[in-house]
Amino acid sequence: MDKLMADLKEQIIAQLNLQDIKPEDIGDDQPLFVGGLGLDSIDGLELIVLMQQQYKIKLSNAEDGPKVFRSVRTMAAYITAHHAQAV
Amino acid sequence: MSTENYITASCIIINQVVYKNGSPVFVNKDSALAAFLISAYRYFELKYPKFYKMDNLSKLGMLASEVLLKTSFVPSFYNPEETGVVLANASSSLDTDIKYFQTLSNIASPSLFVYTLPNIMIGEICIRNGFKGENAFFVFHSFNASFMEQYVSNLLNTGVLRCCICGWVELLEEKYHAVLFLVEKVATGIDTMLFTLENINKIYEIENG
Amino acid sequence: MNAPVYVAGVGVISAIGNNTAECLHALENGQAGIGEITYLNTIHRSAIPVAEVKLNNEELAAKAKLSTLLSRTALLSSVAATEALLNAAIPELSRWRTGFISANTAGGMDKSETFFPAFLSDRYKGKLRDIINHECGSVTELVADQLGIKNYITTISTACSSSANAIFFGARLIRHNMLDVVVAGGTDALAKFTLNGFNTLMILDHQYCKPFDENRKGLNLGEGAGYMVLISDRVAATLKANPYCRLSGYCNANDAYHQTASSPDGTGSMMAMQGALNKSGLLPSDIDYINLHGTGTQNNDQSEGTAIMNLFGPYYPKMSSTKSFTGHTLGACGGVEAVFSVLAIKHGIIYPTLRLDTPIKDFPFVAETIFQKNVAVNNVLTNSFGFGGNCTSLILSKK
Repeated sequence: MDKLMADLKEQIIAQLNLQDIKPEDIGDDQPLFVGGLGLDSIDGLELIVLMQQQYKIKLSNAEDGPKVFRSVRTMAAYITAHHAQAV
Repeated sequence: MSTENYITASCIIINQVVYKNGSPVFVNKDSALAAFLISAYRYFELKYPKFYKMDNLSKLGMLASEVLLKTSFVPSFYNPEETGVVLANASSSLDTDIKYFQTLSNIASPSLFVYTLPNIMIGEICIRNGFKGENAFFVFHSFNASFMEQYVSNLLNTGVLRCCICGWVELLEEKYHAVLFLVEKVATGIDTMLFTLENINKIYEIENG
Repeated sequence: MNAPVYVAGVGVISAIGNNTAECLHALENGQAGIGEITYLNTIHRSAIPVAEVKLNNEELAAKAKLSTLLSRTALLSSVAATEALLNAAIPELSRWRTGFISANTAGGMDKSETFFPAFLSDRYKGKLRDIINHECGSVTELVADQLGIKNYITTISTACSSSANAIFFGARLIRHNMLDVVVAGGTDALAKFTLNGFNTLMILDHQYCKPFDENRKGLNLGEGAGYMVLISDRVAATLKANPYCRLSGYCNANDAYHQTASSPDGTGSMMAMQGALNKSGLLPSDIDYINLHGTGTQNNDQSEGTAIMNLFGPYYPKMSSTKSFTGHTLGACGGVEAVFSVLAIKHGIIYPTLRLDTPIKDFPFVAETIFQKNVAVNNVLTNSFGFGGNCTSLILSKK
């Protein structure tokens, strides 16, 4: 799970063009959408694209987004739970 | 109401140089367009992370507007609905349209799609500065100074706006040219000149070789 | 500059009809034009409903009397703009200074899409003629040439408010005595580019849209074109028939909130509506009908409804979203819906919002759900709110 979270941080930075931020700046449990990172609804959609491209997981309901993308840890947990099914 | 309006600042970005009021304020001949825009953003310490997410056209427009408004513009002078933005170009959002289109073969990119309209650049400038006045985007074959002079003068002379950011922001792949004018009803600042066809063309032609 | 500007002619083509009469018939009979994709060759074919104009490119080209090699956007524009000019029946048009202000967002994208896959795989493939008229301005010039309009031609591209902006820009040119007659409005055709883009923003309804309904899930994309012929009073004096109405008010403002979403309190919408009222000298209570932007997305309807609540309360005019019939025609919607608004005044009718089952709980008003006749419709407000926060409202008034 740690390796997955580390990978996710790099992927998030690349996908969302967060060029002034380094992976070590993102806490495992830090809320992604409130405060520090300042992500907005378009970033949320790009995270859905990231899930699909990197992990082949399709999030068809945008309303699940806030739960799944709450933090890097919740994203990693979701991927771990669904990756087995998707593959 | 007086029919005189003033160009109180200008910003030109062309050939990897940023000019404010006709004088170069930043040069970076080393890099390609995308890197040039980022280097200018960092140099001017714009501190607006959303800049990184914008497409090249919006980055160019945003950069030019930030330089234009620095020190010349006094936000407290105007209510939000008194400042507007009128821009034009030839290629519309084609640079991003092409990049977005290439993602369709895999998964369409939402963040690219958002920029497949030229007026989003205006939206970004307005969001950054809280401008809520009238805004419009025109597509012309080439810079049309007389149209710009007429249209913007009309907005200021009829009281629709008291201040207008206007000009030409054109970008397609590695070719770009941005010329922005800060036009106000009241003359402020040192480098002020009348908003006339002659002055518009004079500024537009700077380094446009 | 307060010289009156009149509407002398209208023309429209949309998913519910190929001309004004057909569209009116569909509006009266509750016949929406939404259905499965038939013309676009896309992977989303059976998944996403759209509102297509019911003519393929060959049929449309024949109707427009233009080549099938041209973009569908231009063909639609030609049909509607021609209808508007014929409808205006201006005697000796050639003696007047005439302009064509047309708006679109897609340009020749439908044709460019057939060029790119071939070109991207091999730089020597792809037919160049498919991209010659890609740019928005080309679409305008092709139709201006066909209509024989030479004095003034321009293209406005501000997302969903484009053709509303074209209309009031045309009015300004007449008021400032720069032109006497202006054909103004807009056009847009469906393309995979747009379909995929809106889908990736997750604002499409995969069922038929439900504007201003509590359970709305998004918009349906549409296509079409709508134009009106604006004239000065000098030209009005030469007409055989009375003009339809006046363009009495207009305003554009920026919401300054987000690239593609509207602010929760609808600031931009409110400023546009208030500004249009100020321009026309009317009070909110003078408005008989609002043709809502009403796309059916959670965000727009919430935002627009809030602005209406704040501006019109406690007196609410009748209102409806005709996008429940035509889908969201993007760059054309300002023009198409302005035409419907003109017809509402002319015929004293109110259009319904289809498929509205549960009104939005937060609002003390409900959009109309039944077609009404013999209504006194003197002043109509029509809203067009675009991406980039570009918000425009127009007011049309009985002469």
